[in-house]
Amino acid sequence: MAKYLLIESRDPFESNDVENHYALASSLAKDGDTVTLLLVQNGVLPARKSARTEALEKVAKAGVEILADEFSLRERGIDAARLPASVKKAALDVVIDHLEDGRKVVWY
Amino acid sequence: MAKKILTLIDSAYRCTVEEQDEPAVWITEVMKGAGGDFTLLLQGNAVGYLVRGQDGSGLSFGGVKLTHPVSVDRDLTQIMGKGVEVYFVQDDAEERGLESSDFIAGAKPVSRAGVAKLFASHDLVWHW
Amino acid sequence: MATKKKLTFALMDPPFENARTVTTMRLIDIAARRGHEIIVFAYEGAVGHAFAKQAKHANAAHGHDLAQEDHPLAREWVANILAASQAAGGKIDWINCGLCVDERGVGEFIHGTRRGSPADLLKAAEGSDNSLVIGTRG
Repeated sequence: MAKYLLIESRDPFESNDVENHYALASSLAKDGDTVTLLLVQNGVLPARKSARTEALEKVAKAGVEILADEFSLRERGIDAARLPASVKKAALDVVIDHLEDGRKVVWY
Repeated sequence: MAKKILTLIDSAYRCTVEEQDEPAVWITEVMKGAGGDFTLLLQGNAVGYLVRGQDGSGLSFGGVKLTHPVSVDRDLTQIMGKGVEVYFVQDDAEERGLESSDFIAGAKPVSRAGVAKLFASHDLVWHW
Repeated sequence: MATKKKLTFALMDPPFENARTVTTMRLIDIAARRGHEIIVFAYEGAVGHAFAKQAKHANAAHGHDLAQEDHPLAREWVANILAASQAAGGKIDWINCGLCVDERGVGEFIHGTRRGSPADLLKAAEGSDNSLVIGTRG
């Protein structure tokens, strides 16, 4: 099976497409692929508990690893210690790790 | 063998007047001509690029008219003629009140759920 | 140490307009410091990153003179990343799409970057271990 890294840079309050990207991540994982969803820039905003956090938790339940760029969290004053259990903070290096590993990496 | 590259386009009409084309379609056509193996997937508001009869003509600045108004539907017909398969996300079209009968010929529908299969069948996925 | 790879990045956004450019530069910087062979294809507004005539300015609203403001410049980030790549034993081929350069009038690039075409992007992608395209949004 394939391995994917999907990078979500947009705020779900800003674009309805974001939840379609979450659904794609879930769909790939349900097909048996290894999928990581990395939130960067305003894409980390649903990691602060809000009306959009539940959509993210559904993605985690589908078997997707969800990471959030540590700098993007800090830049927006989101306390990494208060992230939902489904989201882990990560260094942006993870993108280069996954490119090195041959994953298909797609920026949204 | 060339890598199979899936090109995603979902942000429409951003700079089409100034560029006289859609840059993601243009660059794909150029790279196809250089020997690349590309498939296009239109999603989000970019499904609207398939609508027949788009007319970007008539603009002028300081009285000077633009001479080659953009026509992305024409450009997509051209790229399909060069062997690039063009897909569109059916759900995105329906949500936007678009039907296949509104579209130029040749583009293939795929469900939102079916996009994952397109990802799987390509070596690289590029989102412009 | 991880095996050195050949990675291609394509970007579209101009400097100073969007958070995407900062994330893109962070990614290229990480890859450069790991000593990878990197190809950067700057398309559309991204050809502005290497424009040699970007200039710093003071910031009266912050009470900073020119030196104090030390305003970031994309061309300096690019130059610094090129240097870091070399120091790590890697290399970067930074390519600016020629037609995009022409229409924007930014044909004076910093040393270490060059003019090219979409055929260069295709060749880079075909010859790379992996690639990432960071497109723009309307």
